Amino acid sequence: MSTRVTAEALPASPCAASRLRPYAWWRRLAALGESTPASVGVAIVLAWVALALLAPLIAPYPPNANDMAALAHATPSKAHWLGTDQLGRDLLSRILWGARPVLVIAPLAVLGAAALGSLLGLVAGYHGRWIDLVITRACDIVLSFPVIILYMIILAHFGSSAWNIIGVLTLTKAPIIARIVRGMTLDLREREYVAAAKMRGESALYIMLVEILPNARGPLVVDVCLRTGYNVIILGALGFLGIGLPPPDPDWGGMVKDTYGLMVVWPHMALLPCAAISSLVVGFNLLAVGLRELGLRD
Amino acid sequence: MARFFAKHLLFLLLTLLVVSFLVFTLNEFSPGAVARKILGAYATQEQVELLTKQMGLDRPVLVRYVEYLGGLASGDLGYSALFKLPVAEVIFKHLANTVLLAAIAFACIVPLSALLGVVAGMRESSRVDRAILMFSTVVASIPEFALGVFLASVFVVWLGWLPGTATLVAGGGWSVAAQLVLPVTVIVLFDSGYVVSMIRVSMIEVMQRPYIRTAVLKGLPFRAVILRHALRNAMLTPITVIMLQVNYLIAGVVVVETVFAYPGFGRMILEAALFKDIALIEAGALVAVFLAVLTNVLGDLAYMLLDPRIRA
Repeated sequence: MSTRVTAEALPASPCAASRLRPYAWWRRLAALGESTPASVGVAIVLAWVALALLAPLIAPYPPNANDMAALAHATPSKAHWLGTDQLGRDLLSRILWGARPVLVIAPLAVLGAAALGSLLGLVAGYHGRWIDLVITRACDIVLSFPVIILYMIILAHFGSSAWNIIGVLTLTKAPIIARIVRGMTLDLREREYVAAAKMRGESALYIMLVEILPNARGPLVVDVCLRTGYNVIILGALGFLGIGLPPPDPDWGGMVKDTYGLMVVWPHMALLPCAAISSLVVGFNLLAVGLRELGLRD
Repeated sequence: MARFFAKHLLFLLLTLLVVSFLVFTLNEFSPGAVARKILGAYATQEQVELLTKQMGLDRPVLVRYVEYLGGLASGDLGYSALFKLPVAEVIFKHLANTVLLAAIAFACIVPLSALLGVVAGMRESSRVDRAILMFSTVVASIPEFALGVFLASVFVVWLGWLPGTATLVAGGGWSVAAQLVLPVTVIVLFDSGYVVSMIRVSMIEVMQRPYIRTAVLKGLPFRAVILRHALRNAMLTPITVIMLQVNYLIAGVVVVETVFAYPGFGRMILEAALFKDIALIEAGALVAVFLAVLTNVLGDLAYMLLDPRIRA
């Protein structure tokens, strides 16, 4: 007795079904409204994205233009709504412009880490054996290193440009993602639709990227939100330590570094950038809390 | 048990080797930098080359690395170009300061997070739970330097109750104890936000177990159910996370140390990195990795001791 197995008759990956419903993502976005933390988080993050995009239009002054005369009354006034910084630069403009590098670098680094980490995790989990051992051990070594020390050593040595920062953030965060994806791959590779794809003669790369990865994305979404918020914190910390983005362009952490010694005289110069960065991270983390809540309810 | 230790010891050695080699080769990307740093900007190129030769830095990297390992084995960590002192001395002094800060902070973080996490997790989605969840999320979201600036603006600038720096030198009318209050508070708030959420999740999970339902149904008062049945099991999973905080407290508090000018280990490494004091960076990195792997092992060990099912 011989039965011909056709590709159509084989079990399909659960994600194949969702591809038929293109508006599923919109429905999910609307579902965020059901969770208060998620909606507050989305509102904060979107507000900052809008401010960052509109910075060239709404910022009252160029971010690096200094007005030494304004230093005589650096506190908030009609001319400078949020006051000026220690060099007489308009604080509102600098905070608005400062949102741009943060909102580009933090998500880019997360995407980089997610891509590299997923790849490593998939390969380790799918192939197993010595490849798995090498990747897992390498990840363990990176993970055992206190990252901030790694950043200090690397950035102080190679100089800190936006690309260097994205690079170190990607390299140090990828192992965590790799660990999550590897765990899920170990489970998913035993499923019928993977066996089916193997029988169809698909390549290992196709199976990993098309059959396994889309089904492992659930926990990754929450993780991406958390990690973006965390990257914003690290960016601020690097700026504060003096190994962040190079001056004079506005960088929230760097603005605090330059002015927190002047707090006795002009507390607003350090307080306002601190408030800006804190609110953005709160936004990302509330979003993560909300997403997890919604995920638990399903 | 012996196998457990052998496995971890091997991993520790491997990690230390890899890290030390990587940091060592960093130096190769900027030849002559060490001699240049020591001699200053006004030295001629010949002088720099001469000193490089005298220090033996012109030999192949592998030779020097093996030599360095030999020095390490005999307890010689090298000489710090930045502090003009033997590396061992510099590290010991700064590490001791940071351990003081970390110990006080750890002693606050564990009971505080356990209390908040258990109270939040014992009734999921109650008003208390939501309040604690929001508190821990917000507190963990504020970067340490921002938290430091916020607290300093209130307690130092506005109220004048506390000093804004913690140099550990009693002066300006402030005792060392008063100096430690703000750095410890910042660390405790920032770090416990994360630990609370881990303990909360674990507690929620424990409360859904059948033995808790049994305890409730047989008429035990809620208090006794929590204290006698839930507490210990809820602390089981987070124990590894809690141990990992030691790692953060010792190597990761560089930002807090910078805010309050605290002469600690993290800031020492930052200064060494900016100065390219390779001997100090190398030794500092090794100490940090050693501590990191050690806390990992201690976490696993604590887990084994608390969970009798694994101990066997």
